[in-house]
Amino acid sequence: MAKQLLKGNEAIVKGAILAGCRAFYGYPITPANEITEAAAWYLPQSGGVFLQAESEVAAINMVYGAAASGQRVMTASSGPGISLMSEGISYLAGAELPCVIADIMRGGPGLGNIAPEQSDYWQVVKNGGHGCYRTIVLAPASVQEMADLTRLAFELADQYRNPVFVLTDGVIGQMMEPVEFPDAPVLPPPPEWSVRGDAATRKNLVSSIFLQPDELEEHIRHLEFKYKLAERNEVRFERYRTDDADYILVGYGIVARILKHVVEDLRARGIAVGLLRPITLYPFPDEELRRLAKRAHHFFVSEMSTGQMVDDVRLALAGRAPVEFYGRCGGNLPTAEEIASFVLRRIREEVTLHA
Amino acid sequence: MPNYAILHEKPECLYEDYERKSELHRQTHYCPGCGHGIVHKLLAEAITELGIQDRTILISPVGCSVFAYYYFDVGNVQVAHGRAAAVATAVKRAHPHSIVISYQGDGDLAAIGSAEILHCANRGENITTIFVNNAIYGMTGGQMAPTTLLGQKTTTSPTGRDFHHDGAPMKVGEMLSALDGPTYIERVSLGNVKQIMLARKAIRKALETQIAGLGFSLVEFLSPCPTIWKLDPVDAQKHVHDVMEKHYPLGVKCDRIAERTAPPEPAPMTPLTDLPRILRLPSTEPAPLHFSEEPLDWRIRVAGFGGQGVLLLGQLLAEAGMDAGLHVSWLPSYGPEMRSGTSNCHVRLCSSEIDSPVVSRPNALLALNEPSLRKFIATVEPGGVVIYNGDSIPADCSRHDLRIVAQPFAEIADSLGSAKALNIVMLGAFLSLSHALPDSPIESALKRLVKSERWLELDRRALAVGRERVPAEEFVHA
Repeated sequence: MAKQLLKGNEAIVKGAILAGCRAFYGYPITPANEITEAAAWYLPQSGGVFLQAESEVAAINMVYGAAASGQRVMTASSGPGISLMSEGISYLAGAELPCVIADIMRGGPGLGNIAPEQSDYWQVVKNGGHGCYRTIVLAPASVQEMADLTRLAFELADQYRNPVFVLTDGVIGQMMEPVEFPDAPVLPPPPEWSVRGDAATRKNLVSSIFLQPDELEEHIRHLEFKYKLAERNEVRFERYRTDDADYILVGYGIVARILKHVVEDLRARGIAVGLLRPITLYPFPDEELRRLAKRAHHFFVSEMSTGQMVDDVRLALAGRAPVEFYGRCGGNLPTAEEIASFVLRRIREEVTLHA
Repeated sequence: MPNYAILHEKPECLYEDYERKSELHRQTHYCPGCGHGIVHKLLAEAITELGIQDRTILISPVGCSVFAYYYFDVGNVQVAHGRAAAVATAVKRAHPHSIVISYQGDGDLAAIGSAEILHCANRGENITTIFVNNAIYGMTGGQMAPTTLLGQKTTTSPTGRDFHHDGAPMKVGEMLSALDGPTYIERVSLGNVKQIMLARKAIRKALETQIAGLGFSLVEFLSPCPTIWKLDPVDAQKHVHDVMEKHYPLGVKCDRIAERTAPPEPAPMTPLTDLPRILRLPSTEPAPLHFSEEPLDWRIRVAGFGGQGVLLLGQLLAEAGMDAGLHVSWLPSYGPEMRSGTSNCHVRLCSSEIDSPVVSRPNALLALNEPSLRKFIATVEPGGVVIYNGDSIPADCSRHDLRIVAQPFAEIADSLGSAKALNIVMLGAFLSLSHALPDSPIESALKRLVKSERWLELDRRALAVGRERVPAEEFVHA
């Protein structure tokens, strides 16, 4: 397939339909609207269902219904809408229903603004709803990855029978880059456990209720086992010039792109810097961080928030190396120049300290 | 031969043994005298008699009927509190031939799920809702419901429901019937045997409406809750008849069955091979162009008022760059800028892979108005190109380390017949100055993005005039 210049948000929809998505339920919110609009245009033509729900609460429960029916289904929103969907996401995880949720992050808290932020990390990665569940979280940093990781999200959702997030910021959602789609669209058969209104599935039950404490504990342990499996098998990340790096920068989404520029800039000044970009935010690349810490003696995390993912970097490193944080928020992007000067300042302080 | 005739037996649609229950597999979890048992039986009889058991999917709510799936031998989906109508919507749309029944109590449907049921009914979803109104929250122990009668004491209206404090009991059947969406809504009662027989007919009619594909149907049952009402089963039933029916009049609330027609059969499945066409995926790669051996890295900022075509100008550069075989990115400032105020975008055209699409230190600035020039000129890298729509650069923001062209491009566009061509005139000027891209990918990008032949012609002229007005060798230093 040839390349085509597309917005990140539109690439999600095309990627989803090629991955077998045949239902989309959503509610308008900036900066995720292009996803809903593209779904409204393309899904009915592709033999799928599109419906604009009356709220995000209704939308996520429609996702629940479609998933229970055996359709590959998705929704998309941004911070305030994801907050409303938290209840439904907990039910989806509890009932072991696969679905894909795209969160194109904007500024919060409250109404905040529509400019890009990365402040939904906690609510998405640590789960905003009730109960012991996790969601697999994929973090695209380019338009190509918006397409590719959406496809992967559908596969992981089915494989783990669990909601999977595509979590990115307004920048990646709104920007255009050339993207290439896979040649072969897929449409897997509906799962055996789904309820489809026929004799074959009449005995099927989709539910998240387990009245007896022993039964519920067993169910939660089963979910926990799946998450451990994901932690073992699904960690994905990109390393950039880390092999000889004394300093490691860590960031995801648009920030990782800016950090690449910082790496080049600092390398040109003779400083051995590398970048670790988590592609899965859950499961998080803990082991890779610890491995890098065998050589690198200083870590720098940058996010478009006051620091959320940085907690996971600190947990992973568990004191093996100092972790510094540089963040911008409110819809502002950190520039490569300001991050570079922050890193340089800290490195100089370190040198002075050890002199 | 048995010497008796069976008049009533357990409908096939109910399991013989309720094995999904943890104990007492021959009896339900409902209290003696509870209306749910009767409604379950009426519903099960209707499903069995209509021959739709295999096709039926029951949506069970949160409330006393949360465990409806213990009993019904049909496809079952248990859902969150209040959300049955939303879930039912998607189940039905996934499987239009299934029979979807959402079963809800009054707290579930009329309080927490009021938005979902209202919109489901208004969309005329082809589902059937069984709505059990017993004027109380039963499962949670007797709190006030939207349907609780005035003066009725509950654990959260201990002195009785007060109109001035809690509002009026909600008449769901009438409320939903005020919408144009629903097809059939009736309120029935479990107040005595005769009424139960009428209720039986109503369920059947509702399901027949769905089977015929005629749209949304709902049956509201006035139903006894002896345990919470603290009445014995006989008195509770009497209370339904004597008290509840006074506030909640029985009968058909809307019947538009005759007006409705079934939707057309769903289209056959779209072949996967059609998807590339439907999704407008390009089929052929443009021939790669190697117009320059020099490493190339344009970091461009385009800025102006919303409506000046700032974003399109940037997009044309990115599209053309892609066709020229370059790595490209385009990043807009988005949101309210689209509608008013300032608008700007970042474009990168690069012979190697692009790290960041964010252009904080541009080497080219296309400023379509003065505020944009003022905002961004200080960020331009020394040696960079600035193209400004204005007679001259204001003295207080001029720089001597840049290659600057200032011309009244808006007037030039006007003279071509439309001020809207301003962005393309400036594109011509930029291309002439920068040699950033050859002509053919610009032409192909224009063709892709400008759909109208008339506009395409104007844009071609605008491009040429822009090039003419700014010869490559002419740099005017402000």
